[in-house]
Amino acid sequence: MVGILQDKDRIFTNLYGLHDWGLEGAKKRGCWNATADMIAMGRDWVIDNVKNSGLRGRGGAGFSTGLKWSFMPKEVREGRPHYLVVNADESEPGTCKDREIMRHDPHLLIEGCLIASFAMQAHACYIYIRGEYVREREILEAAIKQAYEARLVGKNNVHGWDFDIYVHHGAGAYICGEETALLESLEGKKGQPRLKPPFPAGAGLYGCPTTVNNVESIAVVGTILRRGADWFAGFGRPNNTGTKLMCVSGHVNKPCNVEEAMSIPLKQLLEEHCGGVTGGWGNLKAVIPGGSSVALIPAEQCETALMDFDSLRDLKSGLGTAAVIVMDQSTDLVRAIARISYFYKHESCGQCTPCREGTGWMWRVMERMAAGEAEPGEIDLLLDVAGQVEGHTICALGDAAAWPIQGLFRHFRPEVEERINTYRARKGSFAGHAIAAE
Amino acid sequence: MSVRRLAKEQPASFAFSKATMKEAEWWIAKYPAERKQSAVIPILWLVQKQEGWVSEPAIRAIAELLGMPTIRVLEVATFYTMFQLSPVGSKALVQVCGTTPCMLRGAGDLIQVCKDKIGPKQALSADGKLFWEEVECLGACCNAPMAAINDYYFEDLTAETLSQIIDDFAAGKSPKPGSYIGRVASEPEGGPMTLTDPSLYDGSAAKKIKVLPNSQPRKEPA
Repeated sequence: MVGILQDKDRIFTNLYGLHDWGLEGAKKRGCWNATADMIAMGRDWVIDNVKNSGLRGRGGAGFSTGLKWSFMPKEVREGRPHYLVVNADESEPGTCKDREIMRHDPHLLIEGCLIASFAMQAHACYIYIRGEYVREREILEAAIKQAYEARLVGKNNVHGWDFDIYVHHGAGAYICGEETALLESLEGKKGQPRLKPPFPAGAGLYGCPTTVNNVESIAVVGTILRRGADWFAGFGRPNNTGTKLMCVSGHVNKPCNVEEAMSIPLKQLLEEHCGGVTGGWGNLKAVIPGGSSVALIPAEQCETALMDFDSLRDLKSGLGTAAVIVMDQSTDLVRAIARISYFYKHESCGQCTPCREGTGWMWRVMERMAAGEAEPGEIDLLLDVAGQVEGHTICALGDAAAWPIQGLFRHFRPEVEERINTYRARKGSFAGHAIAAE
Repeated sequence: MSVRRLAKEQPASFAFSKATMKEAEWWIAKYPAERKQSAVIPILWLVQKQEGWVSEPAIRAIAELLGMPTIRVLEVATFYTMFQLSPVGSKALVQVCGTTPCMLRGAGDLIQVCKDKIGPKQALSADGKLFWEEVECLGACCNAPMAAINDYYFEDLTAETLSQIIDDFAAGKSPKPGSYIGRVASEPEGGPMTLTDPSLYDGSAAKKIKVLPNSQPRKEPA
């Protein structure tokens, strides 16, 4: 056996698409089993069990899913219907897990949508899928059609909770993964985040009470209730419970998605599931453990890091979406991070000045540093600017642009300094020396 | 942010095809009656499917259809980068992912292939058949490097395989999307090492659950 989690405890049993994604196949794998009994147990039972399972949001922020649901108003007021919105705008570099759920296990997601909507008294749910996932959208639409035809969802369905489920799509904007930008986009506007408060639970889609959840957070709910909150809570360390889809990309021999127990050691994940780091463990340079928005950790910290919220937070990084980007000794780290800076420059929505101007400025400086064409003093200036972008914007994109740069200099500052010195020595350089001469 | 403007040369008019209109109505029906604006992104996409790109007359027509000010549709069309604001290749629109996870596994080589075969980025090839651009993370990182061509994902590419794919498109063929090293999806190369337990698939998971866990009142200790 590889890893920690046994096959019998995996939720996404068709993760690799080797079996039928359709309704028959999904039912055979246990989906839609006892769903009506869960609904019959009532809203409080559902929310309590999701709380007790310790499930924390799988979209990156890691907020308790059950608690989030409990923020919805207890009473539905006239003219203010409740909505569930599923965030399937998976765009965080390194992350490719929700895609597999939607194209291979779509019924787990649909079942989760029904249960969650019931728990929050929503009769309508929108799944906002990123525009580029065309094939995934086609399959999800087909699966929803099957569910309607089998009267699992829709008006007067077999579960006794009238419920409509719709797929909506975006058109290539990372920012729409931010929940309030997603709501703006769903309303047919530019995806620019809203100021909070009011939070979506008070005023979300069309001004009505809304909860926005990640695909994975919703898709695990059915199985959690079927197998018990304590079953789910039995994996991982306290406060970091459950199973989690992990996406490993970059310099490993076999990049793959895998569902594992939370708190699995990072080293075990890479060595056992992914065929090890290219060139062996000793060839590892750094890992970005949670998608491009979190800080990298150097090889020596990878020896002991656990894939959970608390362990990675203690290393000044984060679990994020558990998208592990592995970089071996051949990697030009400064270029790799500069490319991430370009990503944030490209994806800034332009609403807040520190982010709109800061992401472009940071990217340009990072590009020069990757070439070595910079003043040594500019490192501190760059970190100062990063610190001023961080925390001074409406949404977390500003933070996400600053953290990878801060992480790079926290662990690899001498490498950048050396590059600058080499460049200057070679050029006999001085301030303002143009790189275009090369 | 990226600066995006409408093309200088615009067609004189735009009309929804019957099929596009039918689909547009299907989208509009998904939202509350007074919230038709919600359908603007899907309808812009349908129009792009019909025409190949989004033109200024099309933006006006959508505004009219949805009862929105034209400027609001223009705002959306220029904000979202999947909307092509000028004509793209008649045979293939190649979008190579260049973000770090793909970059680490050789996206640079793919970009070079596009430059050699098609020309500078975001410009039509000389024969008008091909168009390429570098895009940000497409969310298929376990199958890097990859490119989206005419909506579908071509994964686990090398310079050689991409080269062949582009040639095939240019020749009017339809190469198959998916992995080009024989993977089904994002399982490890060489076959899955997990999800191999046959009891997951024999139907035993569909057996009736008599009592859901935690569904009985807890017994008070005596």
